[in-house]
Amino acid sequence: MVDFGGWDMPVQYSGIIDEHLAVRRSVGLFDVSHMGEIEIRGRQAAELTDFVTTNSVRKLKQGQAHYSGLLYDHGGFVDDILVHKVADDHFFLCVNASNQGKDFEHIRQQNRFDASVEFSSDRYSQLAIQGPKAQATLQKLTPVDLGSIKYYWFTDGQVSGTPARIARTGYTGEDGFEIYAPPSEAVRLWNEVLRAGEEFGIKPCGLGARNTLRLEAKMALYGHEIDASISPLEADLGWIVKLDKGDFVGRASLLKQKESGIKRKLVGFEMRGRGIGRDGYEVYLEGAPAGWVTSGSPAPSLNKNIGLCYLPTEQAQPGKTIQIMIRNQPVDAVTVETPFYKRAK
Amino acid sequence: MYPENFRYTKEHEWVAAVGDAGTIGITDHAQQGLGDIVYVDLPKVGTHIEQGKSLGSVESVKAVSDIYSPVSGGITQINQTLAEKPEMLNSDPHGAAWLVKIKLSAPAELAGLMSAAEYEAYIGAEK
Repeated sequence: MVDFGGWDMPVQYSGIIDEHLAVRRSVGLFDVSHMGEIEIRGRQAAELTDFVTTNSVRKLKQGQAHYSGLLYDHGGFVDDILVHKVADDHFFLCVNASNQGKDFEHIRQQNRFDASVEFSSDRYSQLAIQGPKAQATLQKLTPVDLGSIKYYWFTDGQVSGTPARIARTGYTGEDGFEIYAPPSEAVRLWNEVLRAGEEFGIKPCGLGARNTLRLEAKMALYGHEIDASISPLEADLGWIVKLDKGDFVGRASLLKQKESGIKRKLVGFEMRGRGIGRDGYEVYLEGAPAGWVTSGSPAPSLNKNIGLCYLPTEQAQPGKTIQIMIRNQPVDAVTVETPFYKRAK
Repeated sequence: MYPENFRYTKEHEWVAAVGDAGTIGITDHAQQGLGDIVYVDLPKVGTHIEQGKSLGSVESVKAVSDIYSPVSGGITQINQTLAEKPEMLNSDPHGAAWLVKIKLSAPAELAGLMSAAEYEAYIGAEK
């Protein structure tokens, strides 16, 4: 068990590689109850949500979710979040555990709308059922027709007799569901899902596999690829920034960045030499320090050592030979296209 | 579980010595904590290492960890198999996945290390 932002959480159950491969090949279950929830309600709930996030809330339909950014005025990340449109006057935000307090304060400070902001983390536990057999597993426990929920849509229904929000979302690069339910039911639901997935060889998965899975899929982790000093344009997350949607917090800074050009950009790499370029290691280009690694790990599905790093924008493109300083030794790597892993659809 | 003829460190290494000929490894508790091991870095034969100093490192999917030498001495042999099969450290840390052989320069150091019973009590308390 490790301390993760104040939560006592398992890094692994049966082993990171074993858990990782279970999710890619069949199904895995994650307890992600540490994630925070914030709810925005009221006549101008959409206006407030649109104003504090980078993606276009107006484009969301009821029952649809999207990935988005919560920015400071200077364009750096407060957090990266999922926005769910429950109703025209109700938005449900899933945020990072360690950021939830500051996210809530940030949104409240920006609230000059007819809307209420509620910190509701205590009302939700969250389980993630991920992998090609996620639907077959969860379907045993719910009358909701899961096949009718499209990727990044959700519905409110019941799981094993308990009211639950069932979202077809995830942080693994695999198909799957994230369910939000009352904490009092969490342990029972965890056991029910494990039983339902038994025939598929379901594995309980920890933070370790969650990290290797998201890295293969090139999904950002706050504190690594993004933080208060990094903008979504630098993090290669331009697709969640809708500059033409109207004003939002951070927009002016992003516009300026777009005009003058960003200085650094996130790019993927594969190790060529022996070793793993890990978080914080320096990256060299032609013998000179040029950037840093944000995440690095063996990729269990790919049998390679992969990672993400920041490099000067003009160098941040696939096919560049770089060196990563691993315990004072330069080790060769090459920049590559991302995501490293993409599931067959 | 923990062999009686080994001596153990708080950093989860073991040493088995006959006279001044020692074998060093990491404990089962250590491999469990590290998880899937993907690389093992060991010193060159002939290197002299002081007790408590870094002997090399083991790298798991999750992180890199230093290995500290439980005793002082000169490295006489390294376990070449681990370069090819680092995962052996997960399956047989007290046996085939030993790390290095060492010629102890101060065998008296052994007395300062934990017995199997003491080590088991130590990791029991750590949990």
